[in-house]
Amino acid sequence: MSFFVNQVIIGIQLGSQYMMMALGLTLIFGILDISHFAHGHIYMVGAYILYTLSVLLGINYWLALPLCMAVLAVAGILVERLVYRPLRGTPAINTFIAAIGLLLAIETLVRGIKKDAVRVPVPVDRSVSVLGMSLEAQRVIVIVGALLILLFLQWFIKRTRLGIAIEAMAQDREGASLVGINVNRISALTFAIASALAGVAAVLMAPLGSITPEMGSLLILKAFVIVVIGGLGSIKGAIAGGYLLGLIEALGVAYISSTYKDVFAFALLIVILAVRPTGLFGERAA
Amino acid sequence: MKGKLNYNLVVALVLLVVAALLPLFLQRTSGGKYNMIVLTYAMIWAVAASSLNLVLGYTGQACLAHGAFVGIGAYSLAIMVDRVGINYWLALPLTCLLTALIGCLIGLPSFRTRGPYFAIVTLCFNVIVYAIFENWTWLSGGYAGQPLTVPAVLSGRLARYYFVLAFLVLTLLVLRQIVKSIVGASFLSILSNEGLSEAVGISAFRYKLLSFTVSCFLAGLAGALFATASGRVDSSITSYLHSFYLLIYVLIGGVATLAGPVLGAVGLYFLLDRIKGLGEFRYVGFGILLILIIIYFPRGLVGGVNQLREWMKERRSTKTSPREEVAG
Repeated sequence: MSFFVNQVIIGIQLGSQYMMMALGLTLIFGILDISHFAHGHIYMVGAYILYTLSVLLGINYWLALPLCMAVLAVAGILVERLVYRPLRGTPAINTFIAAIGLLLAIETLVRGIKKDAVRVPVPVDRSVSVLGMSLEAQRVIVIVGALLILLFLQWFIKRTRLGIAIEAMAQDREGASLVGINVNRISALTFAIASALAGVAAVLMAPLGSITPEMGSLLILKAFVIVVIGGLGSIKGAIAGGYLLGLIEALGVAYISSTYKDVFAFALLIVILAVRPTGLFGERAA
Repeated sequence: MKGKLNYNLVVALVLLVVAALLPLFLQRTSGGKYNMIVLTYAMIWAVAASSLNLVLGYTGQACLAHGAFVGIGAYSLAIMVDRVGINYWLALPLTCLLTALIGCLIGLPSFRTRGPYFAIVTLCFNVIVYAIFENWTWLSGGYAGQPLTVPAVLSGRLARYYFVLAFLVLTLLVLRQIVKSIVGASFLSILSNEGLSEAVGISAFRYKLLSFTVSCFLAGLAGALFATASGRVDSSITSYLHSFYLLIYVLIGGVATLAGPVLGAVGLYFLLDRIKGLGEFRYVGFGILLILIIIYFPRGLVGGVNQLREWMKERRSTKTSPREEVAG
């Protein structure tokens, strides 16, 4: 029983990471209709920036977190400006292909600079006991951190002027620009928020594993699977789908097979598409 | 119209003669012999890129599973010949049929999605195939891979070069027939307006699935040729990176043209081999090139040339405007 609870907690922690990534993707998709396939590589760059800051430059982990978020936010704005904006108004597949070019360039650049896996030490090197079980503190930090981010995002979108403008644009882009919302500014802002979110996920998750140039590819696929499963552009769906996938993976590793842990997500996707192509919460077909 | 057709035909024939005579020069030096092997692989990727073009260019769906289909083709030929003991010449068509069948089964759920989501679903399939071949060493032969004994006729590099060239030409002829036929017209109508073509009785789903199955048949052929040329396959052939590279070959060469994928695959594969010294950094340029192409030349090299020709014709008589998109 305690093994089961332990796997569930690990599942929630994995799910927190997936949720943060899927949230960024679904924001970008819902507001701008862009399938930002290089988002996982932004995450990977975030992990390497953390490595540079905290290991190579010796900056404190908690100070590195906002720095990393800021750098990625700027990177996100640049990506939107240089890659996606020139493609506005072309078929969705063109944007997607540009994203593939971007991720190929980012991944091979990082691999060319530093081929071997690197590690970042955990900031709080002790275990805490939760529900009578001993857990690495970092796992708890990931779970709580993701929840705080979720609350902040909820407040931002519902309560601030910029957040309301973002929601307006998600609902009706033309209408939003008619009432004086600057579409370009909101696009840049959305990319900045989503990339900063990926930064949080990267900084929180990085100490739990090794950092490699390939880490973004699988993550982005899973995040997209979540977005499809949850329903395109649905924030609720991204949150539910993220935790769902985390739980399925953690329990699948424990009770089915650890060799094929990365395959569960894709099998789930094919099943969901066969049964309900619009996803769990969405109305738009994928 | 007739003049343009002849022009294309002349260019194609000239290229074919050059390709057929090239080995006579290359045979003389050791560097030339090496380049002949490179060109053989380049033509194999040209077959694969042309097969992808049937889906991407003529139905507008970007399939990112063709790396997996090439891998499945390569493995199934090697396993059929070396483990099951089927004759090579019988195993070759069986391989293509098996790959087509698997493709059809994958296409069924995948075509419930479209656009970027179709690309993601097919990419997921490729990741699964790659994971299976990486981990299931009984199937893939692990690090050592699966050897393939090719018939004595195909043991020389010259024979392999002409063998692959013959299949490349055959592939292009088949694709040309498909695109020209009524089926091809249906594919294009799906590309330009799926809703309308459904309304006039063209089942988009059926034709997409058909084109996908044919495309997988040809991707399986490319895989079988790869196994024949290398004499051994390992799990890296099923990697989704190949799907990305194939996509790049098609787009840079020119989507929805017959010559584009061949030009892109042969040209880029050869170029990448030339600048081997740059290592990983080669692909950085590759990625950036893809972004620039999709922004500024969405119709690729061949599309760009055609655009130029149309533009010149337009100066004489103001007529049709060129299509600006890769795919609907």
